[in-house]
Amino acid sequence: MSAADPAAGAAMSGPAPAAGAAGALLARDSAWKPWEFALWALALAAFFLLPSKLLLLNDIAILALFALSIDLLLGYAGIVSLGHAAFFGFGAYAAGLFAIHVSGDPLLGLVAAGLSAGVLGFATSFLVLRGSDLTRLMITLGVALMLLEAANRFSGLTGGADGLTGVTMAPVLGLFEFDLWGRTSYLYSLGVLFVLFVLARLLVHSPFGLSLRAIKGNRLRASAIGIAPNRRLVAIYTIAALYAGVAGALLAQTTQFVSLDVLSFQRSADGLLVLVIGGAGYLYGGLVGAIAFKLMHEVISGLTAQYWLFWLGLILVILVLVGRDRLLAGPRGLLRAALARLPRRRAP
Amino acid sequence: MTALASPAATTTAQPILQTIGLEKRFGGLVATSDVSLSLRPGARHALIGPNGAGKTTFINLLTGVLAPSAGKILLDGTDITTERPHARVRRGLSRTFQINQLFAELTLLETVAIAIAERERKGWSMFRPLAAQTAVIDEAAELLARFRLADVMAKRTAELPYGRQRLLEIALAIAAKPRVLLLDEPAAGVPEDGRREILDIVRGLPASVTVLLIEHDMDLVFSFADRISVLVAGGLLVEGTVAEVSGDPRVRTAYLGEDADG
Repeated sequence: MSAADPAAGAAMSGPAPAAGAAGALLARDSAWKPWEFALWALALAAFFLLPSKLLLLNDIAILALFALSIDLLLGYAGIVSLGHAAFFGFGAYAAGLFAIHVSGDPLLGLVAAGLSAGVLGFATSFLVLRGSDLTRLMITLGVALMLLEAANRFSGLTGGADGLTGVTMAPVLGLFEFDLWGRTSYLYSLGVLFVLFVLARLLVHSPFGLSLRAIKGNRLRASAIGIAPNRRLVAIYTIAALYAGVAGALLAQTTQFVSLDVLSFQRSADGLLVLVIGGAGYLYGGLVGAIAFKLMHEVISGLTAQYWLFWLGLILVILVLVGRDRLLAGPRGLLRAALARLPRRRAP
Repeated sequence: MTALASPAATTTAQPILQTIGLEKRFGGLVATSDVSLSLRPGARHALIGPNGAGKTTFINLLTGVLAPSAGKILLDGTDITTERPHARVRRGLSRTFQINQLFAELTLLETVAIAIAERERKGWSMFRPLAAQTAVIDEAAELLARFRLADVMAKRTAELPYGRQRLLEIALAIAAKPRVLLLDEPAAGVPEDGRREILDIVRGLPASVTVLLIEHDMDLVFSFADRISVLVAGGLLVEGTVAEVSGDPRVRTAYLGEDADG
């Protein structure tokens, strides 16, 4: 995105900027880039290339969807949350209970869980409309804590600390049985992630998406151009909750089990962490972050089983202090130089 | 403060914007005191006054950023006193800010396009890319060209020098196609050569747009306004034509005498 800007600026510096050029400018910003196709193709190829890692890949897809939902909030609307697991967990329990009591059909369950989490998101959105970031952090944290204890307390319904068992899923679309190796799971989760990603991508390039960025950038001015900020924030909070609920439902359905930790603070924090690692505000941060997060986990915990969080913490501190752009500037410059194959264009 | 002005007397048509006994208190401080002002349609009205006279507070009351402690605001006869800021914009009351209030991370094109999309009630459109809404984009590009900002429309606003951001500030208010435009010191912070450009744009506004200009700079006011109201210590001191106001001894004492920094 930012890489396209200077080029676009240069293109527009001509003396006769036609209106058509302006449309082309925005169209180019919102067009699918080659690297995006490559990324999704790679995600699909992983199914064939890494048949022994499908359960891990499924985890990554679910985490990516969860982080994507946080990105919609944080990256576009500027709402910080430390309790997004509330919706993830609510969706997970909703999907589990739906499978037990109503129907084992995965897609129906997904819709039910997404809508349930969306309703919860709508109801609690009004709490985060006002106040500072700190207020929002505390409110989102508080809501998640309440939900966690409620799930613990009503163990008759949720299974409490023992977890919700007895979730059995019917085949996806009546055709694809869930298997032990995660073949169906990964493709199912990846498919859902892809569909929701495409929708989110449409959303952020729409006038609605732009209005969110306007509110994030300057709320006073946003209302001075006729935007009702609160309604927009309620809408995106509800949508983000729905996304998180679907992510939770995917976990419940593919593992056929729900434990209390779907609502834990750790899960909220992980989601935020993943997004910060991957970068907020360009939609791919959740995906990139989820891959990086899980890979780091695999690699580092392979080296030092107990202390992987230490290294994760260190990486996080460096990332935030030094800044992703500066960290990536070196490799990016080298990459560009390599691609251009021009001796002059080597990074300074 | 006793206001000697009798604004309603000279108008025949229904005022497009009117305040009745508008008042704003912050604790013990009276920032706006019993201000009754009315603007006829198409007016070029200036509101002047020394620093701290409450000009910006008055604008914030008109636009709904602040709620008045007492009094009423009527837009074209409709009571908008309790309406939210965005609702007033939709009714055709638009403003600029004394200090730029822009979207630093959006490009100029995005900034103006979103304002136009909102005016056209397309702000809730979620699944149709802005890029595909050609009428909006074309109008945005045209407006930016009119403000001589077309060459930088792909740049982020933050990359622009302040003077040119000032033009965007005004363009953004105009994108709403207001019936009443409130300009809060439009040339503030702009170097001398840029002021002319801004004044030209303000002068070139269509006659159908009613303009209330809040200004500190008397040259700008005298060359633009057909009527002037003088605000001192939150209350209206005088209202009249340029000649009446500039000749009024009270204005000289209260305002012109202090105009050292203008």
